[in-house]
Amino acid sequence: MSKIHVTTTVNGDTVEYLCEPTETLLDVLRDRLNLTGAKEGCSTGDCGACSVELDGRLVSSCLVLAAEAGGKTVATVEGMAKGENLHILQEKILEHAALQCGVCTPGILVAAKALLAKNPDPTEEEVRFWLAGNLCRCTGYDKIIRAVLDAAAEMRGA
Amino acid sequence: MRFESPATLEDAIHLLANAKGTARVLAGGTDVLVQMRLGLVTPDLVVDIKGIPGMRDITPVDGGYRIGAAVTGAEMGEHAGLKALWPGVVEAMELVGSTQVQGRATMAGNLCNASPAADSVPAMIAADAVATIEGPLGLRLLPVAEVPAGPGKTTLTKGEIITSIFLPARPKHSGDAYLRFIPRTEMDIAVSSAGVSLSLGPDGMVEFARVAIGAVAPTARLVEEAGAALVGTQLDAATLDRMMAAVRAACDPIDDKRGTAEFRTKTAAVMAKRAAKTAFARAGGKS
Repeated sequence: MSKIHVTTTVNGDTVEYLCEPTETLLDVLRDRLNLTGAKEGCSTGDCGACSVELDGRLVSSCLVLAAEAGGKTVATVEGMAKGENLHILQEKILEHAALQCGVCTPGILVAAKALLAKNPDPTEEEVRFWLAGNLCRCTGYDKIIRAVLDAAAEMRGA
Repeated sequence: MRFESPATLEDAIHLLANAKGTARVLAGGTDVLVQMRLGLVTPDLVVDIKGIPGMRDITPVDGGYRIGAAVTGAEMGEHAGLKALWPGVVEAMELVGSTQVQGRATMAGNLCNASPAADSVPAMIAADAVATIEGPLGLRLLPVAEVPAGPGKTTLTKGEIITSIFLPARPKHSGDAYLRFIPRTEMDIAVSSAGVSLSLGPDGMVEFARVAIGAVAPTARLVEEAGAALVGTQLDAATLDRMMAAVRAACDPIDDKRGTAEFRTKTAAVMAKRAAKTAFARAGGKS
């Protein structure tokens, strides 16, 4: 089995890797590029813990083959903070204590960022619906939803 | 496993037609990758069709829309013209999975996965959608209802690919709708479902109607008698009762963890009734 050479952009940096044809983008991010923010929850596209943006589109990286990422742009949770400065969504998740174990949090951050890029002023229902594919077994979701709505308000300058 | 990402349709067909062992077409991958992960399928060849020209395009054709095989649910939902013409088909596709799944999942993939519960399929059948299939012997057009052959099986032959799905033009005063029963509010698989497409005549009566049902038989199916029952009416209660009886008569479901055959049959008719009312309202109908 010959490996596939892939050149792609991850969080703004050009990245090259060799991958097996069966490897997923999640496998490569975690095991070859040491970007362990995206988590493997279910590996069947049900839990959202592996959420990343691929060419600006929110996807489950466990359902993308690593070979498919060639020539595309990948954005992971590692690209959200700028140096020591957290993204507003990250600050609000901390402020609202909207996490416990933290496994779902990177996926929720990436998903929420994609939502606010598309819809800067979502209703609570829209946030809940958008994040329906991000499962959290700790928080009961309320704090997460409140943190996202609060971040949205702050990002709008409200 | 070999991964190929051909730049032309000819290359894709050649690869699939000459594949030894198991081959899979990869569009959104939201079914194929899950099946690989669960060990349900171990492909020797995966052919990614997203790099082939036209696969990712929604193209206006003859007053309708040709939807490339790799167009995602999210892209369909963002297309104002498509949503205005076939809101029921778009809402059916948008029910598939989460936001993350919508970013990848395709209607052609939903069709080829051949689940009896596939959400977009009854809506496409009601819309009289036609699949363009290209293969080693050339191009053929096949009504969507004739693509699935049973759970997980299609009528496509070796080397054939669905390259696009055509949603036709429709007369003024037309509407369509799709509804499914699930015990949750989202992120679930249909227990029963129904798609309805109808057009009104100048007198405000239903002139033409198609009703299709899902998750109640080995494949989604068109219920001609149910559509016929709506014609010449404004969906009065007696008409809807006749339509529902026709739907129940067409159901042939299984019992499983999602629902009993009896429950599926009953709710399929209710979904058809509600979808018919929505389609009627979208067509501008007044009862």
